[in-house]
Amino acid sequence: MIQNSNYKKQNALSALWSYRFFILSSIKTEYRTRFARSKLGFLWMVIQPLAMVLVYSLILSKIMTAKLPGVETQYAYPIYILSGVIAWTLFSEVLNRCLNIFIENANLLKKLSFPRLTLPIIVIGSAIVNFILMIVVTYIVLGALGHFPYHALHWLPLLVFLTLALAIGIGMFFGILNVFMRDIGQFMAVALQFWFWLTPIVYMLSIVPEKFHGLFFLNPMTGIVIGYQNVILYEKAPEFSLLVYPAIFAFVALMLTVVIYKRAVEEMTDVL
Amino acid sequence: MINSVLEVKNISKSFKDYSSESKRILSWFGLPFKPSVSHDILKNINFSIIAGEAIGIVGQNGAGKSTLLKIITGTLYPSTGSVKVQGKIAAILELGMGFHPDLTGRQNAYHSSGLMGYTNEEIDAIIGEIESFAEVGEYFDQPVRTYSSGMQMRVAFATVTAYRPEILIIDEALSVGDAYFQHKSFERIRQFQKEGTTLLLVSHDRGAIQAICDRALLLEKGQVIRDGNPEEVMDFYNALIADRENNKVEQVKLESGKVQTVSGTGEAKVQDVALYNAKGEKVEYIGVGDSVELRVKVKVYEDISSLVLGYMIKDRLGQPVYGTNTHHLDKIIHNAKADDSIVFSFIFDANLGVGSFSITVALHAHETHIGGNYEWKDQSLVFNVANISKNTFTGLSWMEPKLGIDYVK
Repeated sequence: MIQNSNYKKQNALSALWSYRFFILSSIKTEYRTRFARSKLGFLWMVIQPLAMVLVYSLILSKIMTAKLPGVETQYAYPIYILSGVIAWTLFSEVLNRCLNIFIENANLLKKLSFPRLTLPIIVIGSAIVNFILMIVVTYIVLGALGHFPYHALHWLPLLVFLTLALAIGIGMFFGILNVFMRDIGQFMAVALQFWFWLTPIVYMLSIVPEKFHGLFFLNPMTGIVIGYQNVILYEKAPEFSLLVYPAIFAFVALMLTVVIYKRAVEEMTDVL
Repeated sequence: MINSVLEVKNISKSFKDYSSESKRILSWFGLPFKPSVSHDILKNINFSIIAGEAIGIVGQNGAGKSTLLKIITGTLYPSTGSVKVQGKIAAILELGMGFHPDLTGRQNAYHSSGLMGYTNEEIDAIIGEIESFAEVGEYFDQPVRTYSSGMQMRVAFATVTAYRPEILIIDEALSVGDAYFQHKSFERIRQFQKEGTTLLLVSHDRGAIQAICDRALLLEKGQVIRDGNPEEVMDFYNALIADRENNKVEQVKLESGKVQTVSGTGEAKVQDVALYNAKGEKVEYIGVGDSVELRVKVKVYEDISSLVLGYMIKDRLGQPVYGTNTHHLDKIIHNAKADDSIVFSFIFDANLGVGSFSITVALHAHETHIGGNYEWKDQSLVFNVANISKNTFTGLSWMEPKLGIDYVK
């Protein structure tokens, strides 16, 4: 329909490739601007997750001393929470940013022509940087406490991939609708609060009556979070049967996003 | 159709409003919801531009200029029609787009170039050139928040134009900044033009359009109502902005091949315009520096409370050389009666350079013709200036100096 922009002659992937410098530069810019004019600068990137990990591992391990079945450490419960929180942080960070991705970049979208696919890629990129820092800090703290759960670590990329796919799928879907109906962004912020507590992160699924388990597994994050707990706490491979449903959920969400984007794209910049 | 770099075909754009946004979303999936209001911003726009051509787009606010530029740039989608572009577009819709206040000028230059799709290596190759063109000195490595708006504009312009694009789109962005940098950026734009860049310029600045463009489009209510020679189009536009009831705009082709624009509501009309020399003879050719008299005969058709006559001498490109009116000269005519005939006489020294000049005359109620334009007549008179008795010189005006040369030990 329109063949004018510099990149639109290429397919989406090669367009992304030619904008690789912009993607990297945007991720760098995010950190640069976040820590500009602060003395400690990039140290804050470490201090923030460090504080969280220390709170969970040192304080919770004193309060919640109950040992978890099958784990020989007093830090079992803190590690349990940490692995869930790490998964949830990645998920909710990407989802939240996708919800506002078009609104926040409205000015750019209205005035410059560039591949829009770069925007979610930038979100993923900076979320992965945060995630890696969080994991590194967690393992350093746990290592210092004498517990270094690395045996199943190679399964983590698969879980991260699934988490990102799910977050992008759901986030972009509502992100597109949010351009037209701004209540959706507000609603999702509230919904995420409930969603967090409906996912077995702070508590264990075993304390929930058996008859509700089916309902819990309708939540695609349940299987994924249990996967993280398996890898980080129990040092074993995630249960693949639990990952099938989240994978299908993510795939369907992504497909729906593509469909709705194709319909919305023509009117989107009109209303931004 | 010789190598047209930009082809705009049947572009229409309407913004749709739905009574509720959920209806809009459902309508994407084929549900029969119709927009409650549909604003037509552009209607059936067609034009094509060949390589190296410079086109000015003019029109009143809300005529659809920016929407058209956005569609050509690719940020908005047309409702119907298509845009075909050969080559790379650089658009200056707003200078300093995507600049982060906490990044330095250099970092922002890298980032913005990335946004235009350049790779790190490509930017490395030209960053020195951007720095020297922007001329912001040490500030180039300071955060942009410490910049003045003029400095920010310098870095932004230097970045956007670092590589020569096939098509350069400029939306009024050049009106900011200091005179020195304006000249410098115009110079760069002219250079691009020589090398084959096609230019699309939106501006209210008549001078800029006539100086740079070889063609102009006039947009009015979403349609192209004039497409042609910039001087003609600008004359027409000028007549149009005085738009009021009963305002008629006419364009007539003169024997000289120029197009004369006459507009106005007609309460008073110019009957005759003529130039006389010191001996009282009617002339078309005058010498540099001659004392001449411009006589304008005006007939009043309806009682009007105030009448101002203005004239403007323009060079052959239509650039104004000198203009004034009886308001500025403090001789406003109050309460003119129907059937009055008035002769205005302006005596001045024609300190003009060699060439052909035209005179525009206008009758209006106030200081400018915007509020109450009785008659505006472009190209009412054409005269030529020859250098008969002065030393040879170049330029539009004659301002002979007294020369002194001293040897200094």
